[in-house]
Amino acid sequence: MLYREAGQFKTTYDADQAIFPIAQDRWAVIAFAAIAFLVVPFFVNDYWTNAVLLPLLIYGLAALGLNILVGYCGQISLGTGGFMAVGAFASYKLMTSFPELNIAIVVLLSGGATALVGVMFGLPSLRIKGFYLAVATLAAQFFLVWLFNKVGWFYNYSATGQISVPERSIFGLVVTGPTAAPWVKYLFCLSFLALFGLIAKNVVRGRIGRNWMAIRDMDIAAELIGVRPLQTKLSAFAFSSFYVGMAGSLLFTIYLGAIEVTEVFGINVSFLVLFMVIIGGLGSILGSFLGATFLVLMPIFLKNFMVDGLGLLPVLAKHVEILLMGLLIMGFLIVEPHGLARMWQILKEKFRLWPFPY
Amino acid sequence: MLFFIETVLSGLMAGVMYSLVALGFVLIFKASGIFNFAQGVFCLFAALTFVGIMEKTGVPWPVSFVLTVGVMIALAWAIERFLLSHLVNQEPIILFMATIGLAYFLEGFGDLLWGSDVKPLDIGLPSGASDWMLDTFDIYVEKLEVVAAVVAAALVTGLAIFFQKTRIGRALRAVADDHQAALSVGISLRTIWVIVWSVAGIVALVAGIMWGAKSGVQFSLSLIALKALPVLILGGFTSIPGAIVGGLIIGVGEKVAEIYLGPFVGGAIENWFAYMLALAFLLVRPQGLFGERIIERV
Repeated sequence: MLYREAGQFKTTYDADQAIFPIAQDRWAVIAFAAIAFLVVPFFVNDYWTNAVLLPLLIYGLAALGLNILVGYCGQISLGTGGFMAVGAFASYKLMTSFPELNIAIVVLLSGGATALVGVMFGLPSLRIKGFYLAVATLAAQFFLVWLFNKVGWFYNYSATGQISVPERSIFGLVVTGPTAAPWVKYLFCLSFLALFGLIAKNVVRGRIGRNWMAIRDMDIAAELIGVRPLQTKLSAFAFSSFYVGMAGSLLFTIYLGAIEVTEVFGINVSFLVLFMVIIGGLGSILGSFLGATFLVLMPIFLKNFMVDGLGLLPVLAKHVEILLMGLLIMGFLIVEPHGLARMWQILKEKFRLWPFPY
Repeated sequence: MLFFIETVLSGLMAGVMYSLVALGFVLIFKASGIFNFAQGVFCLFAALTFVGIMEKTGVPWPVSFVLTVGVMIALAWAIERFLLSHLVNQEPIILFMATIGLAYFLEGFGDLLWGSDVKPLDIGLPSGASDWMLDTFDIYVEKLEVVAAVVAAALVTGLAIFFQKTRIGRALRAVADDHQAALSVGISLRTIWVIVWSVAGIVALVAGIMWGAKSGVQFSLSLIALKALPVLILGGFTSIPGAIVGGLIIGVGEKVAEIYLGPFVGGAIENWFAYMLALAFLLVRPQGLFGERIIERV
């Protein structure tokens, strides 16, 4: 009864093409954004930001980027961890070489640098397809991590090979480093996610996004009707890597502060982000966020439940956690292979008709 | 020159080990179109079970081997029954992700069951240098690697006979060729899948034992899947000879590059060199060396 679009007439093309054509959706999203921006910052503390909110926002951004590539353009990539590392090291080099540069610009430039690297590793996609490409992108993953580990220039020849973030502020508020307040970090990441989520939503609805989807559905047919494979595939790689690079940059500057490349950006990250995309829903912006939420919260929940709830030893709990994650992923794919986004859609359909069965 | 020959030989031997792992991938991909990422964890799980049974019960290794084969067959059946039969007709990437889930599950399960400490695997495989090679040609060759090469050759020959000469083998090839046609002449897809996964499980067991004898049975064993992937794309996902030749090329390339190129770029390049090598090959032949020609229709 509450969720019904009856009586909402669209009288202009603008109204017809709005991102949320249904008023209830629009209000819900505005309310959600208002809470996230105006209410949550007053309540966050250190634990919530560091354990839940920041990983959620940052991985949400990374999943969004990967979803553009895998979900919209159909090119499977397992190099996400490597590309995030590019973002992180680009921002480190930028911050140490140009100390006066604004941190927001640093993050954007890091995204740009990653986009360039992404295009370079995207070039083989013109010839290689499907799983061959997926394995080929692993080359990016291993090569980039090795590069940042071996070449001293990237970590300014520090003895440990670690990089740690210098302190930077924006609008007079400290954002990076240990002295930054949790709510500032949270708002900084949230702004990026909100802004670039909106941009992504509009891009995938436009000509570029439609080209991507045409290539995804059948690249030969798309080519025949005049979609240029070169530009389309590379633009998807660039776009996706831009997002992933920003996520890597935020992960380093805001969230972790100090990283060691082999630990933070290993192949597990690539799989984790790909899981987020698949469990969230391929080809869905909302799905990327839902998938990130699910996979960030689930391990915390499992760990708390097993260690504190059942009193298992942490070592044992770690094994059980891996086992349960595997089971959950398999179970999830069996129940709903199209991901959380599809579940949400089904739920909305049910709501429209409620309380009638059909 | 002698050193170069030694390097190539040891590369060839290492390549055989990669081929063993890659074989399991190829078998499953051929028969069901599933890119089974869990193959590496299969090796770990099989080797863990093999060692675990020997440790717990103290039976001699052939008994343990037979028991582990039984476990792998049961596992194959369970995977078909509880996972694959629910995912029929899904997109390849969904199936791929499901096998990653399976990898997690097996990893956690194996650790829970048998513990996560490094287990030495000692079934009397020879180790150390081969004296005969050292005396006659002055070349250093690991005995274990020779054994691995012989076992791999025997395994591949066995598989080839199995595929070419038996009824089941013929059915397997029919399924690999065309699912629908195979179904319509009365071949049960589900049975075939169980058989293929079992065979892949047994191949994984052999590979797991060989690798375990080399470096102990431990978690890092599951990472050899990542070593086998470049072998796969180099040889082609659907070709058994491809897996062998690809393994040899990667093995030799990796060793030679590590020794002659490594010092100039800082070493430890074997993590990514194989991938780059495979990538370079793919740019020339996108379907791998022996893969089926990709024919695309609108």
